Amino acid sequence: MSQSQTDPTTRRATAGGQLLEVEDLHVEFRQRSGVVNAVNGISYSLAEGETLAILGESGSGKSVSAQAIMGILDVPPAVIQGAIRFEGRDLLAMSAEEQRQVRGPGISMIFQDALSSLNPVYSVGWQIGEMFRVHQGASRKEAKRKAVELMDRVRIPAAAKRVDDYPHQFSGGMRQRVMIAMTIALDPRILIADEPTTALDVTVQAQVMDLLKDLQRETGMGLILITHDLGVVNEVADNVAVMYAGRIVERGTVDDVFTDAGHPYTEGLMASVPQVEAKGGRLQPIVGQPPNLAAIPSGCPFHPRCAHRRLGADAAPGRECSIDVPPLRQVVPGREAACHYSEEVLGVRAV
Amino acid sequence: MGRYVARRLLLTIPVMLGASILIFAMVYALPGDPIRALAGDRPVSPAVVQVLTERFHLDDPLWVQYWEYLKGLFQGDLGTDFRGRPVLDTIERTLPVTIRLTIVAVIFEIIIGLAAGVLAGIRRNSFFDNLVLVSTTVIVAIPILVLAFIAQLLFGLKLGWFPIAGTREGWYSYVLPGLVLASGSLAYVARLTRTSIAENLRADFVRTAKAKGLPPRRIIVQHTLRNSLIPVVTFIGADIGALLGGAIVTETVFNLPGIGREVFDAIRAQEGAVVVGIVTLMVFFFIFFNLVVDVLYAVLDPRIRYD
Repeated sequence: MSQSQTDPTTRRATAGGQLLEVEDLHVEFRQRSGVVNAVNGISYSLAEGETLAILGESGSGKSVSAQAIMGILDVPPAVIQGAIRFEGRDLLAMSAEEQRQVRGPGISMIFQDALSSLNPVYSVGWQIGEMFRVHQGASRKEAKRKAVELMDRVRIPAAAKRVDDYPHQFSGGMRQRVMIAMTIALDPRILIADEPTTALDVTVQAQVMDLLKDLQRETGMGLILITHDLGVVNEVADNVAVMYAGRIVERGTVDDVFTDAGHPYTEGLMASVPQVEAKGGRLQPIVGQPPNLAAIPSGCPFHPRCAHRRLGADAAPGRECSIDVPPLRQVVPGREAACHYSEEVLGVRAV
Repeated sequence: MGRYVARRLLLTIPVMLGASILIFAMVYALPGDPIRALAGDRPVSPAVVQVLTERFHLDDPLWVQYWEYLKGLFQGDLGTDFRGRPVLDTIERTLPVTIRLTIVAVIFEIIIGLAAGVLAGIRRNSFFDNLVLVSTTVIVAIPILVLAFIAQLLFGLKLGWFPIAGTREGWYSYVLPGLVLASGSLAYVARLTRTSIAENLRADFVRTAKAKGLPPRRIIVQHTLRNSLIPVVTFIGADIGALLGGAIVTETVFNLPGIGREVFDAIRAQEGAVVVGIVTLMVFFFIFFNLVVDVLYAVLDPRIRYD
């Protein structure tokens, strides 16, 4: 997963060339009603200039895992286990103060709804400039000047005039640009974008994604794109990790995974996308409901909804879908899937 | 904003007129004879009754009395009571007492109420939070009359910390009555602040502030407090208007000669001019401080614009 599109010559190389390594990350929320297992042992890594898409439906753990990496989950109620290495240093082993200093210049995050994610009582210039004031001790004047530069850089028209405007005075797309300007202020090495375009209309979506890609090309930052939009993944990502019930069920390059899914869930996702060629045909939904994270099904968490499942006597020894948890394993080179019968799933669409 | 304020100020004129008519009518409708009330048990000669009745238009219909009152008002004359003292003098004498009491009460509201609310909101479900919840419930549940007596007994007599009546010791005399008067609003401010902070701490923009790598203190002060204080400031502003209306119970129990006690005495004595003058003034304070709150609201929250 270390394939890199851009030449990161301007950046310091790190151990193994990896910016971020997530290892066996677990996140659970202990509540009075029981334990909610939001993330159940995921591992991935991100290289400079790489765009990794994390794909999954609501409640699959994709946002929670990103917030765990950012260190913005409240502990408790959250309990985080595993390792999150940023440039070789484990974030989870750091003090709160050390972790805080990574947020902003090291890792930065964009959220879905820019209107609620920006503070309504401060001007956008103040909020962007705050990054320089807090992290670099810049003066108010200096911070504002840099804020205008950043707003120019994310292509907000008449930036100098709009720097004192408030978030509610911007359109949805412009607000998300403000958000982007704020997160790239300190040239972060990793940018996590949590459904950055979900709240925007389609034409604006494309502009915002283009902007993110351009910024990535300029700075060589690693981009983690959390989304449920297959179209966005297909257009901008290098690699994709598909999450289900807090686990990664499949990963590989976008081209490979989109050409031929190796996990029945990914296959279902692909089949549920409306096809232009199949106009007038019925959409094919994945039957059933996403699992309750407080009571994840035994064995493979996807088995109750799976068309390929093998139960009882049908199953191979040690590969009973409702009993044995399938590990994430390499199915073909460069391709991993967490399914006992992945080889059968691969190639099914071609038939 | 300027035009908005001007329009609101102009609107106060009809509101005040309407309020004074209502108050006038209510005083007029009071049963009993004000002259007899003035005389008490002593006999009054028919000549005196006649003079007083004519001077105060007591036999005239309501609208004539009101018209006479208005005529005086436009000449800056609020009328006199039955003893011939100008109502304006009465207000000048009693209002400063009420203003001082209000200032002390509001200071308590802000310092104790806000501090308790902020700490409880930040540390929700902690011991302190529960303490605030329980104590505010108790305070709100006890009638102010009982609170006043408890305060007098405990802090005034038993501990001897504060004077229990009168205004002889200057501002110090106002500490105990101010605390008693503030108690209800103080509890409300604490709860309002707590809820508002707890709510804002869960807001998306606070999550953003964390993701920006801001220090915890800054997240609380800059990104939570400022937003949380908007409803609290609104409440305190409106409460100042209400407190300036005088506190009949507190002023009576602590023997403070403020306008609350004055208007209470005036109602009992059926001193029409005094009641109308003071109550209309109370209405004005209330309207004025509501306007201040509305203006402040726009200053604190840029999403609100009146133009």
